[in-house]
Amino acid sequence: MALVEVRDLVQRFELDRGLLGGLRFEGGRLTRRLRVVSAVDGVSFHIERGEIFSLVGESGCGKSTVARTVIKLLEPKGGSVFFDGIDITRHTRRQMLPLRRRVQMIFQDPYASLNPRLSVMETLTEPMIFHRVAATPEEAEARAMALLERVGIRPEQAGRYPHQFSGGQRQRIGIARALAVEPELIVADEPVSALDVSIQAQILNLLMDLREEFGFSCLFIAHDLSVVRHISDRVAIMYLGRIAEMGDKRQIFSSPRHPYTEALFSAVPQLSGGRILNAPPLEGEVPSAIDPPSGCRFRTRCPRALPLCGESLPAAREVEPGHTVFCHRVE
Amino acid sequence: MRTMNETGVERSVGRQGELLLEVRDLRTYFHTFKGVVRAVDGVSFDVRRGEVLAVVGESGGGKSVTGFSVIRLIDDPGRIEGGQILFCGRDLMTLSESEMNRLRGSEIAMIFQDPMTSLNPVYTVGQQLEECFRLHTRMGRAERRRACVEQLRAVGIPNPEARLNNYPHQFSGGMRQRVVIAIALAADPKLIIADEPTTALDVTIQAQILRLMVRLVREQGRSLILVTHDLAVVAESADRVNVMYCGKIVESGDTRAIIDRSAHPYTDGLIRSIPSLEVDRRRLDTIPGIVPNMFELPEGCYFAPRCPRARDLCRVREPEPVEIAPGHAVSCHFPLEKSSSQREEVR
Amino acid sequence: MTHVQRGNFWRVLAASEGWSRFKRSKLALTGAVIVVFVTLVALVGPFLVVQNPYDLSALQLGDAYKPPIWSEGGTMPFILGTDQQGRDMLSAIVYGSRVSLFIGVAGTLLASALGITLGLISGYYGGRIDALIMRIADIQLSFPSMLIALFLMSVLGRGVANILLSLTLVGWVRYARTVRGETLSVKKSEYIEATRVIGLPDARVLRRHILPNVFASIIVLSTIQVGSFILTEATLSFLGLGVPITRPSLGMLCNDGFSVLYSGLWWVSILPGLYIMIIVFGINLLGDFLRDEMNPRLR
Repeated sequence: MALVEVRDLVQRFELDRGLLGGLRFEGGRLTRRLRVVSAVDGVSFHIERGEIFSLVGESGCGKSTVARTVIKLLEPKGGSVFFDGIDITRHTRRQMLPLRRRVQMIFQDPYASLNPRLSVMETLTEPMIFHRVAATPEEAEARAMALLERVGIRPEQAGRYPHQFSGGQRQRIGIARALAVEPELIVADEPVSALDVSIQAQILNLLMDLREEFGFSCLFIAHDLSVVRHISDRVAIMYLGRIAEMGDKRQIFSSPRHPYTEALFSAVPQLSGGRILNAPPLEGEVPSAIDPPSGCRFRTRCPRALPLCGESLPAAREVEPGHTVFCHRVE
Repeated sequence: MRTMNETGVERSVGRQGELLLEVRDLRTYFHTFKGVVRAVDGVSFDVRRGEVLAVVGESGGGKSVTGFSVIRLIDDPGRIEGGQILFCGRDLMTLSESEMNRLRGSEIAMIFQDPMTSLNPVYTVGQQLEECFRLHTRMGRAERRRACVEQLRAVGIPNPEARLNNYPHQFSGGMRQRVVIAIALAADPKLIIADEPTTALDVTIQAQILRLMVRLVREQGRSLILVTHDLAVVAESADRVNVMYCGKIVESGDTRAIIDRSAHPYTDGLIRSIPSLEVDRRRLDTIPGIVPNMFELPEGCYFAPRCPRARDLCRVREPEPVEIAPGHAVSCHFPLEKSSSQREEVR
Repeated sequence: MTHVQRGNFWRVLAASEGWSRFKRSKLALTGAVIVVFVTLVALVGPFLVVQNPYDLSALQLGDAYKPPIWSEGGTMPFILGTDQQGRDMLSAIVYGSRVSLFIGVAGTLLASALGITLGLISGYYGGRIDALIMRIADIQLSFPSMLIALFLMSVLGRGVANILLSLTLVGWVRYARTVRGETLSVKKSEYIEATRVIGLPDARVLRRHILPNVFASIIVLSTIQVGSFILTEATLSFLGLGVPITRPSLGMLCNDGFSVLYSGLWWVSILPGLYIMIIVFGINLLGDFLRDEMNPRLR
């Protein structure tokens, strides 16, 4: 059984929620029209135990929203989420509490993800004591020390405060905090995108080593395709709130089938050079999620779009075992 | 220590006529409460007409300060302590502030990472663009209007006539950066300095903007200094590269030479730590440790504490730039000489 | 601003940039000297002055109407002269400043406690409760605060406790609005999201993760607030709606002297007034420095 199973997940945000929001005059009458951002629209995937599953896409594609909805930081507006076989879609905050220990998160901004007023030790021991992973404060401190050492922070620095560390070190501390309660799933939201290249490599290696050692699953959110290729087992490419293509890392990166995936790959700068200036460009920009295109949401920029693409949603097509493409043009 | 920079990095005689900008021994220091930060410390480089020169490095390397120093946009507590900035044969260091102001925007333009910082939110894009034409050209009103439309069309903004009346916040991030480029190019500058122009953008938009900038530079015989942290972006778009570390240029040369035959262990480490989209590697090579504290820089070579090849000499004497191939200079006592097989492994 | 390592607060403070700017700022130093002086006077002053002005038996009517010693007719030990009952003005000012300072500080503590609590709740939960609290605050802000204080005092009657109650009801609004704004911005931080991933209860998140991070602005606000409350109390007492007659504050001393101001006894009213001015001036100098220091955008 998969650790996480997500079916037809829907997430919407209402704008103009205030008392007078969305009011306008139309045809001489005062009407109220609420604008709704369709952030995630029918996303399904699963995460196996011990695997790193990546959601990739450009900003606004809904990848972070999916992650936050899956771990119930946001309430799902539709679909269902199963964690370890339990349907947590309608779980209340109280019901979620025992599951909180089993799911943790690593954040993007190493400067905003640690409370500046708590020492590293306090940051690490708080979740351990709260979830009773450690019986006594002394035990929690001993475990925190061991964790810090494991992620590459000298234990004697445990009494220090976040501002005394560099960005890379803070990210290590953030990883240690996530590991403190021995979770089964870690959601990593762009964990290396704010770091310098040489530090990014250190953190990626650390994450992969820790995965081997602790055996957690990981939902990895990123926009950098090279990073995703390096770290993931399976990958889903998202575009404007939907999955465009999903499959094994090798399937996606060596034989991409969705026109968006192909365009995305050709736009990634590479050390070998000569790609961007020569490749056919993907023109235009991502449309607004307030009023997304009908049918396939990529059709407005797609070089291969047909009239059909505007009429109906492309269904999932399994082009090879485990490799799914949502495109009318793919047989 | 200072004199070595006077030697210049690569000044082969044949190319001298094409030089647009020569920077010699530029030093920009920040006098902070905790001490002096030598953000740019004895940097020398040239920019030729029609070329894209990348300045690359990690945060704290001094690459942005180098870019800002060239147009003397350094605020307190920073100060340009010395050096020469020869632009078309004139030393910018000797110009008055008002002469410098005239130069900025007309002959040297700047593009920033966040387009919102260079666009004024209370004026329409058309007003801001038109102002450039009014300041730097003798066009009449109708002519300026036409030029604005042309300029927006040239940077690929659809429906330019209508978009002129929009405010910056009505544009997306990518479109905003196009507007900034349009404004930067309005006065037909000879040199453009772009500080991380695509860092805030999505990858497909980044590709559009890079393509646009390189095309506009090459077609019009302008020059571009591209300040970036992303070596892959450099590989895609630059002709030559300066690699900076702790305020100094550690390696410079043609882009392909730097990336395929990097001689400085820092450059090599950077390249090896970038994951590839084309090849699987189980582990990334990393540069151990972190960038040193700029207040307590080590003796000798600044990279020595993180360098796998460092020997005793490196911890005592600072290396001077040496030309190891035509146009390829490296500041290292023990530069890498890599066989092609080793390189293949990384690719 | 300065997050300190455990155990060596003073060393870190002495090495911090803020401390260095403080030492270089003449205004901030002046403010600090005044505040320290005023505090010392309030603490040890009663042991040094010649009489206890509350002890009516110590007063001698024969000593009445003595001017300060630098004026003609002034005599020791009445350095600042005496009032119409023979009360030593210096002693009265020292004792009065204790009342004024106590009300200023205690009122600030009470108002901040109420305002911080409501501000945290308002900013953290948002929605209806936020709308309710903020509308009350808006309504209250549309009246002059002095008017509200006057109204409350005339309903409640004189007394230190009543003054503190009205100051609290007048002063919480500024705290609530400031804390709410800061909470809104802190709430968006990833480290607050991390507390939700851990599952910490709201009370703990508010107390341990949000409150310490909005504290800087509370400190700034409180400094200014102490000065402003001292003035409010002085005004109320001057109008006869403040402290009881038996325990005169500085404002009440001004009022006492006001009736004889035009008969030449200027010192009875002016001197306590001057001392109020010095106190508030010192506090405001210090507060201005703290405000600039804790707001990085102004620096």
